[in-house]
Amino acid sequence: MLRKAGGIEAMKLLPQFFHSSLGKKYIMAITGLGMLAFVAVHLTGNLQIFLGPEVLDAYAHGLHRAEELLWVIRVCLLVFIGLHISMAVVLTLGNRAARPIPYERSRLPGASHAARTMIWSGSMVAVFVAYHLLHHSAKAQVSLTGHDFATFQTTLADGTTCHDVFRMVVAGFSQPVVSVFYIVGVGLLCHHLSHGIEAAFQSLGLRNRVWDAAVRKLASGAAWLLFVGYASIPVAVACGYGREALN
Amino acid sequence: MHLSLRVWRQKSASAFGRFETYEARNVSADMSLLEMLDEVNEDLIASGGEPIAFDSDCREGICGACSVVIDGVPHGSRHGTTACQLHLRHFKDGDTITLEPWRARPFPVIKDLVVDRHAFDRIIQAGGYVSVKTGGAPDGNAIPIPKTDVDRAMDAAVCIGCGACVAACKNASAMLFVASKVSHLSLLPQGRVERERRVLAMVRAMDDAGFGACTVTGSCEAVCPKNIRIDVIARMNREYGRALLKAGFVE
Amino acid sequence: MPLDAHIPSGPLESKWERHKSDLGLVHPRHKRKYDVLVVGSGLSGAAAAATLAELGYRVKCFCFQDSARRAHSIAAQGGINAAKNCCNDGDSVSRLFRDTIKGGDFRSREANVYRLAQISAAIIDQCVAQGVPFAREYGGLLENRSFGGAQVSRTFYVRGQTGQQLLLGAYQALSRQISLGNARMFTRTEMLDLVVIDGQAKGIVVRDLVSGEIASHAGDAVVLATGGYANMFYLSTNAKGCNATAVWRAYRRGAVFANPCFTQIHPTCIPVSDEHQCKLTLMSESLRNDGRVWVPRRREDCAKAPGSIPEEDRDYYLERKYPSFGNLAPRDIASRATKEVCDAGRGVGPGGLGVYLDFGDAIRQMGIERMRERYGNLFEMYERIRGENAYEVPMRMYPAMHYTMGGLWVDYHLMSNLQGLFVIGEANFSDHGANRLGASGLMQGLADGYFILPYTIGHYFASGRPSKAPANHPGFAAAETEVKARLARLLSVQGKRTVTSFHRELGRLLWNDCGMTRSEAGLREALRRIPELRAEFWGDVKVSGSGGELNQDLERANQVADYLELSELVCRDALMRRESCGGHFRTESVTEDGEAKRDDAQFAFVAAWEFRGEDREPMLHKEPLEYEEARMSTRSYR
Repeated sequence: MLRKAGGIEAMKLLPQFFHSSLGKKYIMAITGLGMLAFVAVHLTGNLQIFLGPEVLDAYAHGLHRAEELLWVIRVCLLVFIGLHISMAVVLTLGNRAARPIPYERSRLPGASHAARTMIWSGSMVAVFVAYHLLHHSAKAQVSLTGHDFATFQTTLADGTTCHDVFRMVVAGFSQPVVSVFYIVGVGLLCHHLSHGIEAAFQSLGLRNRVWDAAVRKLASGAAWLLFVGYASIPVAVACGYGREALN
Repeated sequence: MHLSLRVWRQKSASAFGRFETYEARNVSADMSLLEMLDEVNEDLIASGGEPIAFDSDCREGICGACSVVIDGVPHGSRHGTTACQLHLRHFKDGDTITLEPWRARPFPVIKDLVVDRHAFDRIIQAGGYVSVKTGGAPDGNAIPIPKTDVDRAMDAAVCIGCGACVAACKNASAMLFVASKVSHLSLLPQGRVERERRVLAMVRAMDDAGFGACTVTGSCEAVCPKNIRIDVIARMNREYGRALLKAGFVE
Repeated sequence: MPLDAHIPSGPLESKWERHKSDLGLVHPRHKRKYDVLVVGSGLSGAAAAATLAELGYRVKCFCFQDSARRAHSIAAQGGINAAKNCCNDGDSVSRLFRDTIKGGDFRSREANVYRLAQISAAIIDQCVAQGVPFAREYGGLLENRSFGGAQVSRTFYVRGQTGQQLLLGAYQALSRQISLGNARMFTRTEMLDLVVIDGQAKGIVVRDLVSGEIASHAGDAVVLATGGYANMFYLSTNAKGCNATAVWRAYRRGAVFANPCFTQIHPTCIPVSDEHQCKLTLMSESLRNDGRVWVPRRREDCAKAPGSIPEEDRDYYLERKYPSFGNLAPRDIASRATKEVCDAGRGVGPGGLGVYLDFGDAIRQMGIERMRERYGNLFEMYERIRGENAYEVPMRMYPAMHYTMGGLWVDYHLMSNLQGLFVIGEANFSDHGANRLGASGLMQGLADGYFILPYTIGHYFASGRPSKAPANHPGFAAAETEVKARLARLLSVQGKRTVTSFHRELGRLLWNDCGMTRSEAGLREALRRIPELRAEFWGDVKVSGSGGELNQDLERANQVADYLELSELVCRDALMRRESCGGHFRTESVTEDGEAKRDDAQFAFVAAWEFRGEDREPMLHKEPLEYEEARMSTRSYR
């Protein structure tokens, strides 16, 4: 039996949700916030570099031992990325079609730079993420850094041998090209997030006049925090942090 | 004052359009932009030309008929003002002003600066009302309504349906218009009865009309002549989520 | 032709209630057989179209705007009256009735006005149910403000946008009926003629303003809700598109026109700034709740900055002359008092045509925040137009043409003398007599549309009077041909003067000779000049473009052509009415202290004019006005 609710049949709820512009924005917001959570957790892991090689390597090794969990996260992320990008593409195509003839003079009053360029910052972040994943696959590094990451091994306190992540990071960021590229990448990501977080709250309806200013500050604050956190590592390496590990 | 105008001229919906340049000489700073267009038209008619077609009616900023993009900004860059109330004192002598019609697929140009905004009527017809018949209404004081609720409802209800939000949005999204009506009615006990049905139906009508989606740029609130804020859009998003949840799980 | 108003017998208080139960009914199943054409989608038109469609009639609604939501009712700012006695200040149906009769200077029909007062409360309830966000107190109940011509607070309001919200309520109700398939909306469609077959209104001829196509629609009844003709004066507070073509075409088809000279001038409008101005903007009467009107006591102070003029050198002339009503004296009286002080050389601003509306005292008393809450949007509007901040400098105001009490004659059923032609809202003449009180126009429009016409139109159908006229009746083709010929004629003149130049000239002429004050000599001069101007128009007008496209110039030309005829009737009526009453002020009929002097012995009647052809003078019919309840007295607001 079909239940009618709000004039639509319950069976058709999901298609309608996916079909509507608001539903798509819901999906973008939820997947966006999901990826944001990953980015935040990822940063807490990365920042352990400042606690020394032992802590970081042990953390990395610990992660690899929880392979099942890792796969769950990977699959989730892939689904999120896929949904986020596909919705973005569909929405953008629809948005373009909604104005077939552009203005001779277009000013977009009130729109911040981040807000106007989401599709571009998003696309570049996607490229960056793709490269970033390769960055960690050992073979791709040889040409850039002159190091073979496969040879970077270390022995943890409990005696197990594993990848020496600390040395990999330092070696990678010792190359100015890699560092600059990385900083630009996370910069773009955070630029994307500075609007994205605010927009996600808006799309999910989690915003009103009372919290409006707070949401705005939260969004830009979070974006800056992430940027400073991520960028601190290559900057620290450039300043000489951890160089001794390479020798 | 002397102003140069670059105006979009298009004979009919199917014709090709292009910009033409006109000179508005000896116009007074106290005139509104549309009064200046009236004057330009007087000259055009007298000299055998074809006057510029543009929509306007009340000329006091409330009917929502006027719809001109002035130098890239719907209704011009003065805050909270419709084109009919934009006075020339806000321009400089010798300025060149570009006038374009609203640009959006659901708002096809009819002629020159006149566009067809029926899509808005269809969205209201989809559910932008309270389903009460005439007669039989209870006393207006039967349900006390908190003043703050009424005030917020009115903040949204002031929408004049001009379409500047669509015209300004880089996606030609009608979210501010639709959300104004959804917010207005969902904030009042009278409108709350059918809030789920309303928001689902109006959003569907909005999407079907071919408007773009909201990317929260805020251009709509920047140009809204009635200063409606995008928190109404957040409210509509909330209403929408609520309606789906209720439809799916409560019923 | 005797004019029978069909006023039911019995005591005034129970006329409508009893009459409603005597009215004929149409069975719900049969209602689908009746087509009703509603012309105009303002408060009365949209309300009528929505309600008739709810009842089950097949409704077609027409408006010249691009959406039904844009009708000029939307611009009404201040509020809507209703006798709900929410303030416990002694209001009642009979008090609203008496205020309205007195405000109209005893030239309105008693039974109609009483019915209006009775219905008023239900209108508020209906609008609340539709979701109109009326102003409320912190306790959640409806709030009231005061308006001109009343000593009680009975005006319900929505900030300064009451008309907008009421209209949107009606528009939304109509939208719902459209979505249900009970009503069809024809936007950008202008009625250009009425089709009368065997003495019954059977349809209309319209022009599609986008394609220029002329078409006709057949119906069992035609409802005109097309508003007033104040735009005849060129400069008025009406929207640019408001026009008299529908009522004037109906008049030429046999509907009689009542009290055309009863026009209202609103005392507080933003003064004209230059000659290119195309319309005037009104500042709500509600501002006079807290604003005080004054001019300098001495002529030599007029050029000084208002702030530099000390209290004792200011003349608060409304408070001085009308102590009991003060700044809230009715519109006609306040307008004339303003004209008087300006004529005496004490006006302020360019040309001495202006008076101050000062909020200084109110701001000192209540604080700027409270003022902003009450009138914020009006102050902003003033700032946009004048470029002055009225929180600091007093506003400058001058009277302007605003409303027309006159209109097509209707009986108690709101039906004109033509069977099947109903006229509602400002387009009819019925309820406001010689002067309308503030916040009563919205009340009347909605009363007509929601609560009166839906009853009486059913009675007309049930009475078996209407005969079905087929849509292919030759009457339609004939009317279409006439319309086409007229438009073709307008386009073919190709003279030298623009439509606007004629309209401006007519407006100036009417403002001078048939405006705030009228004299025999002036009116005779106007009656001599108007036919000349009309001849010049048809010989020298230049209309651009063609008929087969969106052509705003042609639309205006057609409207101005009608004003050039209607204005003559207005002046003729003004000349005939050799008394002063309400907004009609004849310089020959004045009391010792300069107030309007009515002549009840000779002029206590509705003047209804019948068209008898182009070259014959219209014939005057008189419907006597008899008062059972209200006592005719000299109107005093002192």
